[in-house]
Amino acid sequence: MPKVTALGRPAAEVQDDRLAKPSPKPSAESVPFWAAANRGELMIQRCVTTGRFFFYPRTYSPFVTGGATEWVTVSGRATLYSYIIDFRPPPAFGPGPNVIAVVELAEGPRMMTNLVGVEPDPEQLPLDMALMVEFEPRGEQAVPVFRPVAAQ
Amino acid sequence: MKPGTVAVVGCAESDSLGKIPDHSALQLHVESARNALADAGLGIEDIDGVAATGNFAVEVAHAMGIAPTWIDNTSVGGCSYHLHLRHAAAAITAGMATTVLISHGESGRSQNGAPGYTIEDFSPWGLYELPYGVGGLYSMFTVPVLRFMHDYGVTHEQLASVAVAQRIWAEGNPRALARDSLTVEDVVNSPFIAYPFHRAECCLVTDGGGSVIVTTAERAADLPRPPVYLLGTGEAAESPIISQMADFTSSRAFRASSALAFAQAGLTTNDIDHLMVYDAFAHLPLYALEDLGFVGRGEAAAFIEAGHTRPGGSLPMNTNGGGLSYTHTGMYGMFAMQEAIRQLRGEAAVQVPDVHTSFVQGVGGMFMAAASLIFANAQP
Repeated sequence: MPKVTALGRPAAEVQDDRLAKPSPKPSAESVPFWAAANRGELMIQRCVTTGRFFFYPRTYSPFVTGGATEWVTVSGRATLYSYIIDFRPPPAFGPGPNVIAVVELAEGPRMMTNLVGVEPDPEQLPLDMALMVEFEPRGEQAVPVFRPVAAQ
Repeated sequence: MKPGTVAVVGCAESDSLGKIPDHSALQLHVESARNALADAGLGIEDIDGVAATGNFAVEVAHAMGIAPTWIDNTSVGGCSYHLHLRHAAAAITAGMATTVLISHGESGRSQNGAPGYTIEDFSPWGLYELPYGVGGLYSMFTVPVLRFMHDYGVTHEQLASVAVAQRIWAEGNPRALARDSLTVEDVVNSPFIAYPFHRAECCLVTDGGGSVIVTTAERAADLPRPPVYLLGTGEAAESPIISQMADFTSSRAFRASSALAFAQAGLTTNDIDHLMVYDAFAHLPLYALEDLGFVGRGEAAAFIEAGHTRPGGSLPMNTNGGGLSYTHTGMYGMFAMQEAIRQLRGEAAVQVPDVHTSFVQGVGGMFMAAASLIFANAQP
């Protein structure tokens, strides 16, 4: 996976894999999330005590001291919370503008993602627009991305 | 620390700022440290505490010939130096150190002897943000602003007015890197770096260093420069990754650190004459003005657009030109603190009349951490 320098230039400019989008390697905490993504499911954790969902994957619920968690396949429905349009994306995401979005899942938590099936144009990207998850293959690991519902 | 019992007695930047390709980051550290010691009328034998980010704490001490018995290498991004000062004040109050050097040096532009800065694959950043093409701070730190603009009706012209207000301060500052006059029209008609941010709404990338020396108010009374007293401090952290910031219209860390500083100082926003807000990007002053309580929710953009933070305004802010126009080495917080101290000494390049108190708001990472400092040029 490419490193990114403090100045925003991929250190991987000198590496051979710079044209491949990153393929995440699951951490110990996040194996179920990534395995679900490879099955085409969005799975996040819920605090057993409070019933509140959270993201990103963690060992304990952040709402309760050492709180137990359970993995739940969620709806995949989300809304657009905020975004930027990067006009000088890393090589694998270029050459055109890349939309880096933060979406709010119907279950509450937010996550960073890319938007697909929509032009990188503010006119096409109203905040709060309805989105649905899909999964983009990245070598051995799929990652969740989101598509406007109207565009499906 | 009781307000006014700890003071900054030495304060200086590197000889030059901007493009300094022949200086390493360590050289920028030690050049500013030498200048700050000279400013304070102190020598290396007087320093028993050293603070700098990461490995630099020990490297700077050893390079200078200092043998510290108190060390702080807190490294939480650009506000680290504000945390160092807060920690140093606590250590001095507790008798763990008497006189502390806090040092910054960064070859942000030239990358001469600059430590690597990587996103690890296994970190939350590497797992949950890097896969989406975040190419640098400009494509992450900026992500919250459209929600802020949407919820409060902020216009692109108002965001541009932040950069314009600071450029007006920089025009009078010979050490500022960006001094050409700038209008709102110039900004909104220029290309985007990351929509909705144009180039002038993104920080400079420079080389430079800065250091301060802090000790007890008693000791400060015997030293040559007018002491700048520390009245209140605060620090806080929120999320390691910007996408998990709880509310994209408000920084929990800004609210927490500033509340601590005001409470310790026993002051309110009405008592503050001068404000420095870390401005890596033009949206940060909007968040800070509201989160610190200088204006109400949704009022910051109109406040800046109306000119209240410009020369002659009711709340002079980022009077060196800020990270947008003065300098931004990468961890800019040291320079915000330097300008507050200069203003309180009455020696700023663009001096604000009648400054008795200054508030410094730092940010680290991307709304990851924050720190607040309240300075005054008289003991309470």
